[in-house]
Amino acid sequence: METTDLLIFGIVFVLAVLGTVGVLFLRATRLRRQEQAPLETDVPEAPTVEEETPPAPPLRDVPTEPQGRLARLRDRLAKSNSTLGRGLLSLLSQDTLDEATWEEIEDTLLLADIGAGPSAELVDRLRERVRVLGTRDPGTVQALLREELLALVDPQMDRALNVDGEQKPAVILVVGVNGAGKTTTVGKIARVLVAEHRSVLLGAADTFRAAAAEQLATWGSRVGVETERAEQEGADPASVAYRAVERGVQEGTDVVLVDTAGRLQNKVGLMDQLGKVKRVAEKPLGGRPVDEVLLVLDATTGQNGMQQARVFAEAVNISGIVLTKLDGTAKGGIVVAVQRELGVPVKLVGLGEGADDLAPFDPEEFVDALLR
Amino acid sequence: MFTSLSDRLSATFKNLRGKGRLSEADVDATIREIRRALLDADVALPVVRAFTGAVRERALSDEVSQALNPSQQVVKIVNDELVGILGGQTRRIQFAKRPPTVIMLAGLQGAGKTTLAGKLAHWLTSEGHRPMLVACDLQRPNAVNQLQIVGERAGAFVYAPEPGNGVGDPVKVARDAIEVAKTKLHDIVIVDTAGRLGIDEELMRQAADIRAAVNPDEVLFVIDAMIGQDAVTTAQAFNEGVDFTGVVLSKLDGDARGGAALSVASVTGKPIMFASTGEGLTDFETFHPDRMASRILDMGDVLTLIEQAEKTFDAKQTEQLAKKVEKGEDFDLNDFLVQMESIKKMGSLKKMIAMMPGAAQFKEQLEAFDEREIDRVEAIVRSMTPQERANPRILNGSRRARIARGSGRTVTDVNQLMERFEHARKMMRQAASGRGMPQMPGMGGPGMPQMPQMPGMGAGGGKKTRGKQQAKKRKGGKSGNPAKRAAEAKAAAEGKKTQHPAGASFGGFDTGPEEQFDPGNLPKGFGGIFGGR
Repeated sequence: METTDLLIFGIVFVLAVLGTVGVLFLRATRLRRQEQAPLETDVPEAPTVEEETPPAPPLRDVPTEPQGRLARLRDRLAKSNSTLGRGLLSLLSQDTLDEATWEEIEDTLLLADIGAGPSAELVDRLRERVRVLGTRDPGTVQALLREELLALVDPQMDRALNVDGEQKPAVILVVGVNGAGKTTTVGKIARVLVAEHRSVLLGAADTFRAAAAEQLATWGSRVGVETERAEQEGADPASVAYRAVERGVQEGTDVVLVDTAGRLQNKVGLMDQLGKVKRVAEKPLGGRPVDEVLLVLDATTGQNGMQQARVFAEAVNISGIVLTKLDGTAKGGIVVAVQRELGVPVKLVGLGEGADDLAPFDPEEFVDALLR
Repeated sequence: MFTSLSDRLSATFKNLRGKGRLSEADVDATIREIRRALLDADVALPVVRAFTGAVRERALSDEVSQALNPSQQVVKIVNDELVGILGGQTRRIQFAKRPPTVIMLAGLQGAGKTTLAGKLAHWLTSEGHRPMLVACDLQRPNAVNQLQIVGERAGAFVYAPEPGNGVGDPVKVARDAIEVAKTKLHDIVIVDTAGRLGIDEELMRQAADIRAAVNPDEVLFVIDAMIGQDAVTTAQAFNEGVDFTGVVLSKLDGDARGGAALSVASVTGKPIMFASTGEGLTDFETFHPDRMASRILDMGDVLTLIEQAEKTFDAKQTEQLAKKVEKGEDFDLNDFLVQMESIKKMGSLKKMIAMMPGAAQFKEQLEAFDEREIDRVEAIVRSMTPQERANPRILNGSRRARIARGSGRTVTDVNQLMERFEHARKMMRQAASGRGMPQMPGMGGPGMPQMPQMPGMGAGGGKKTRGKQQAKKRKGGKSGNPAKRAAEAKAAAEGKKTQHPAGASFGGFDTGPEEQFDPGNLPKGFGGIFGGR
């Protein structure tokens, strides 16, 4: 018997004893059952159609406009789950746009890295709305698509950096995979904060990559911000984070920005280390959690971005996303899915290598860029 | 859900049983699934379109309709086509006839150029060359420092006349570097350039100028394996700008499916030469097209799994274990502990299961799995005395109660663990006696009758109190709940009736409950492991 066989057997053996997949199966069936319920309620709403319930016990019924009535009927039919209703809907309405147009719309979404699943979902929803409204005009469809996307991005979310807490210093931890632009982002945020007349301290908890601390210190020195860094390379990043926060507390700094080393989300050890950095950084704050954990996401990232966000959220509970490198041709559509699944808002966008190329996230601009 | 292409195709083909041949509509449904799989792997849309077109043509031919298992045949075609595009053979670096050989690196910001420069230098040094690194990234703060440190670690000379941080002319540095290399007798010059965007005309012109100045033998385009649809635009821009000769895929140690590899190779026709797989200087390897193809299709990466296992498992222990199995001795809980330790060292259990072929269908379940379950099981085993571990049969009621107290679990948990352990042991015995992979308890896919063997697992709240009551009442594995007990009995009876023959299926891991286990159906590298034994 070869050793490789044995290895595999060994693994399988342990898995079998743990009963992993068996447990999983049981849970999955339950999950599936739970999932079914919300699916049915997930029917598109047509804001143009007015709800019938009259406001209060008021004066008089207001008749709806005659041309709106057919649309309303179709809307009702679209919402009904019966075969009859569906059949009636297809009789009353017709798909007024040809397949090529629909394909074009889906392509736009796919090319923006929205992802195959969400794109198909969006297009389906749009198809239904178009049927209900009976539009023929591709321009209106575009407007509807923009509306749907905008609703997904949710302009109502609070996207301000949480740096004005009651207790000083506000601590911001910046995390992300390798090469996403963490150090650059920290440098840029520091500039913005200094411009707003806040005192800032940088913590170079990236003790791994060569010259990362120098890179951060260079950013800091340009705006007269000091950097707390390890005495030697390869030091414990958690201790650097601790010292930075401690010094911030002592000196009464407004904001402490902690840069961390890039790590791929599937490296368990490194993700554990990140959890430790966060825990240790909270010690000098006396039980108060870190104010802001920003995940830096490269706009060129494809579907893996979702996985990144999930794992980082699990490890350090991210509170905001910085979408970098949006100045290129990439659209960064993956954040739509990320925001929807995790409910974590995109707070800032990076627009280039210039020192001040950092801007607040604007949902409308973002959606317009996606569709361009 | 079905993420793996083979699972999806199996699902699509399920309705086709009994049909003599595939109709065009059937093939179109298949193609849609392939399209979706490729898009999920971040393969660029135009490439997906061209690719599915080619696959469709082949899928409509007799090759598929006459095959015994059309879904596997289609998967094979897709795999073939992928490997074809990715390049069947790996190309080596072309060295100049008259040294120095010049290698230039280009790519987007954060793709991993500087890190790669160090790795290349380290690798070339170990091959007996004398590489020199040239710092032409004068843009990013302290990129020059980074290269100097990386070069030092790799033991290579770094030519960095300019301090960087926006000062200096990279074209001049590159031109001078060649002369320096000649006088210092370095036979290879690696030029690290600044990261730039494809649409940044000024910087692209600068890159082209550097290229013209040093006339490199190889221009390597470094691209992040995580990149999405933008891969095509970027690759085209760099291809026009610096006309690269080869591609390096970086950050392949992540869990991105790496569709970018396919996009770039297909759009530019340039070969992928290297893969960068970690932050260490040695994490660098030649590119394996076949493994990449499996990865894009999410067919499980058994080769990587085995490699990883070999790295972490203790050779001596493995040998001892092998002897034990050969002699026909039983596994005991000590062996189990050893195995579990090694597996824990390999990292997340979820990740590991995900590497198994077809595991993607368990994706959702995997998400829900609590990794701490391993620790709980370990606690139970560690609460046993050495004798108990060596000979689990002596575990009587009072011992079990003690173990449960010691590990902070319930007696039910201990009982369940022992039950599963017995099953697994039986399975190992069968495996050792050479009857292939036997039915695995608890690892079945949907519809497997073995499921109810794990009553109470994952039942969540209320489990503990129930366990205590049970412990008082009896020692056996039956449930305290009458309805449940009846269900168990029924399930057990069913289990006997529908017992699968040994070696019939890999516990639903590969093809689903209805299909027979066939080693030939497995992806490359897997068949040899179980086949004919």
